[in-house]
Amino acid sequence: MTDVAESPAVPEVERVVIRFAGDSGDGMQLTGDRFTSASALFGNDLATLPEFPAEIRAPQGTLAGVSAFQVQISSERVSTPGDEPTVLVAMNPAALKADLNRLAGGGTVIVNEDAFEERNLEKAGYVDNPLEDGSLDGYTVIPIPMTKLTQEVCADLDVKPRVAERSKNFFALGLVSWMYTRPTEPTLDWVRQKFKGKEKVIAANIAAFKAGHAYGETAELGSHMVSIAPADLEPGTYTNINGNTALSWGLVAASQQSGLPMFLGSYPITPASDILHELAKHKNFGVRTFQAEDEIAAVCSAIGASYGGHLAVTTTSGPGVALKGEAIGLAVILELPLVIVDIQRGGPSTGLPTKTEASDLLMAMYGRHGESPMPVVAAYSPSQCFDAAIEAARIALTYMTPVMLLSDGYLANGSEPWKLPDVESLPDIDVTFATSHNATNDDGEPIFLPFERDENLVRPWAVPGADGLMHRVGGLEKADKTGNVSYDPENHALMTELRQKRIEIIANDIPPVEVTGDPDASTVVVGWGSTWGAISGAIRRLGQAGTGVAHVHLTHLNPFPPNLGEVLAKYDKVLVPELNMGQLVKLLRAEFLVDAKGINKVMGQPFTAAELEREILAHIGEG
Amino acid sequence: MANAPVTTKKDWATDQEVRWCPGCGDYSILTAVQLMMPELDVRREDTVFISGIGCAARFPYYMNTYGMHSIHGRSPAFSTGLAMARPDLDVWVIGGDGDMLSIGGNHLIHALRRNVNVNILLFNNMIYGLTKGQYSPTSEVGKVTKSSPYGSIDQPFNAVSLALGAEASFVARTHDMDRKHMQETFKRAHAHKGASLVEVYQNCNVFNDGQFDTITKRANRPANLIDLIHGEPIRFGVDNERGVIIDSSGNAVIVDVADVGEDALVVHDEYREDPAVSFALSRIAANPYSPTPMGVFRSVDRIEYAAGATSQLAAAQEAKGPGDLHALLRSNPTWEVD
Repeated sequence: MTDVAESPAVPEVERVVIRFAGDSGDGMQLTGDRFTSASALFGNDLATLPEFPAEIRAPQGTLAGVSAFQVQISSERVSTPGDEPTVLVAMNPAALKADLNRLAGGGTVIVNEDAFEERNLEKAGYVDNPLEDGSLDGYTVIPIPMTKLTQEVCADLDVKPRVAERSKNFFALGLVSWMYTRPTEPTLDWVRQKFKGKEKVIAANIAAFKAGHAYGETAELGSHMVSIAPADLEPGTYTNINGNTALSWGLVAASQQSGLPMFLGSYPITPASDILHELAKHKNFGVRTFQAEDEIAAVCSAIGASYGGHLAVTTTSGPGVALKGEAIGLAVILELPLVIVDIQRGGPSTGLPTKTEASDLLMAMYGRHGESPMPVVAAYSPSQCFDAAIEAARIALTYMTPVMLLSDGYLANGSEPWKLPDVESLPDIDVTFATSHNATNDDGEPIFLPFERDENLVRPWAVPGADGLMHRVGGLEKADKTGNVSYDPENHALMTELRQKRIEIIANDIPPVEVTGDPDASTVVVGWGSTWGAISGAIRRLGQAGTGVAHVHLTHLNPFPPNLGEVLAKYDKVLVPELNMGQLVKLLRAEFLVDAKGINKVMGQPFTAAELEREILAHIGEG
Repeated sequence: MANAPVTTKKDWATDQEVRWCPGCGDYSILTAVQLMMPELDVRREDTVFISGIGCAARFPYYMNTYGMHSIHGRSPAFSTGLAMARPDLDVWVIGGDGDMLSIGGNHLIHALRRNVNVNILLFNNMIYGLTKGQYSPTSEVGKVTKSSPYGSIDQPFNAVSLALGAEASFVARTHDMDRKHMQETFKRAHAHKGASLVEVYQNCNVFNDGQFDTITKRANRPANLIDLIHGEPIRFGVDNERGVIIDSSGNAVIVDVADVGEDALVVHDEYREDPAVSFALSRIAANPYSPTPMGVFRSVDRIEYAAGATSQLAAAQEAKGPGDLHALLRSNPTWEVD
């Protein structure tokens, strides 16, 4: 087989959006991931959207069991996984039924026709076979007996029928790789590496992949072939990365940059568990991971490690943050550094554990008892989770405070090419433990005041072991400076105010907001978190169509950047798209008295650029 | 931590006024601990007391060491994180029966099974004190309190049985009326590498006064306090006339030595791997109103948790070398754009 990526006869397109859909057991995530990886290595820009059910193996063949992976690949910059796929690969009737409505009109459907038998059709709720009843007339349908063809090429390999049958996703991958002129070697190398020691599985997967690749040629599907040139990315070394991996690496980087060993206390929860998995691998970086007995123990163990002088982290999703609330309040009053990572998902309660939503902002801001202000940082793209993690750790360590770092299911599992930073250029995080007394008592003897403060109102961090600095910290209100228990009314007012001011002061140490898009427009769109890609895409398109719109994207949500109010005041209209019922919009209205309007979506899915384009235009049209 | 400077009780006390009710058993436990610490050859700087919420949980404020008064029930979790991050420290955990066995029951059992190197002192007064007198998870059935005016219907925990069931490697019981016994027991807990649980019968003279008198009052001890001494047959009684045997069903049963002969008595063995006999001993008394064993029930060696974690870190560094961030970022496939 030759690498056809350079073939000159194939027409070139700027972008394609492909959706792989099948049963949970069909290996669609792996197929999408491999296709993505090959495209990334080929040099395309891309963005992905894995979507899978909460059940590990939902009832086979049902709509509930459909697992899908959407990817947009392009020779231009992309910021979303695409509005609507132009190609749908459907491995069974349920996948077709679940995802056909997403496909662009006139799009191509590639189906595994072997799966379209009576039982599967019935499970998917089809009365008639859609491949035969004309219901797909508006689409280009390519039915292929993938199961049968895969079994045939595996016939001579002495593999079990089950192994052969399971390799059919590689048939689909081979075919799509051929259609989009993807290089094949990265995929074949990956198969050899991944299944090392399982020679028969390697043989079956490679045979299926090659059969799919050859099928396009022999079945004369050449008219469907297109190529997508490498994108014009900035020079540098790139890797394809998802948000949870980038966030994990950002925490490792923060540990290195601060010179503090990292402690992660965590309890498994979707979609945050992959951070625990990733960090558990990196023990040679001095990373201690602790799988606690519950969410509460996870955060408490981290606070214990922070008291001991470690960079302490706890990772979870919304329900876990709710459980950690009391302990986070303790970290607030102890004034100890702690990074709390919330990979948001659809809620309330168990809600939509595998689907995305960004509805924990107000919980991050206010979801604790008492006056307990805490900085909030939000990541905005999969690769930017790296920088956001470093920033959250920097604020925590510099200002002796817990910090909430918000990401979401879409960023966590979505991937994109990332131009690797030069590790030499990463910010240093300066941490100095207290080593000596910082005051004298009435008798002129040197003493240590654990709640004495510097010009930023930050208290000293004295860790156990430090000579002569023994002190007690606790959840009871503490007297100013000494930290001794105090029920004095004036003192409580003072300490409450100091804790609040200490967080507000951080505004002086974060970058002012930048306005992108068309800064001179009369409408500004203010976003936070993972909506960045869709908002950027929508504003780019609006600009190309002659409608200028300004874009402000917030990574610091508490405190807000110091110039935010001033910037918002320049615009007639302030629009706030959010994957919730309107949370940032409330904060902006309360803080800046602007008539901000929300654009909201709570469907467990990210915005598409097209949706936002329409919504923004509609708001502008309202005059 | 050897060769710590010579200290006295005074060095281990803070200048903070102790605010327990006058006559509370907590005072004698505090005194026992402050008297014992100078004998341990440890630095105050390397010592941390961590507590949850409750009367007992005020303890760290009175110890001139590092300390944390944390939140209700979670002290085993805070101390687990600290002990993992800083295996060089001596970590003590203080809490009452409500803190440790009710709201914090989950954390207690997991700290014990993991064998985190912490010394847990469980002050059991069989009542809620700080919230003014509700029944606790160790209160006896029928206990009449403000929250159980018709008597508690809750089956209580037996803290020693619970700890043994939770795979604890060191379990002991002592009481607030015997300073020497407390000190010896706490020293044993400290010497043990791994999680140590010491249940301390502690009198709450305001809400549950005299709860332990049957066994802890000096006059009652000979008849009702069963001293567990390693290597010795278990005997007690005014004339040392009673003893404990393990019957054919595996139960620990109190007998008259005259009836069975000394050879039939169970010889106490703290180091027995199988916790069954220790568990049987813990079941002799359901409540502290009848002969009750005191002392070390179990003390076995098992890998300490932070040591396990640290050895994995060392092995990873040995195998992979120290972490290289540049290489980590390039650990998945990469490509160059010129």
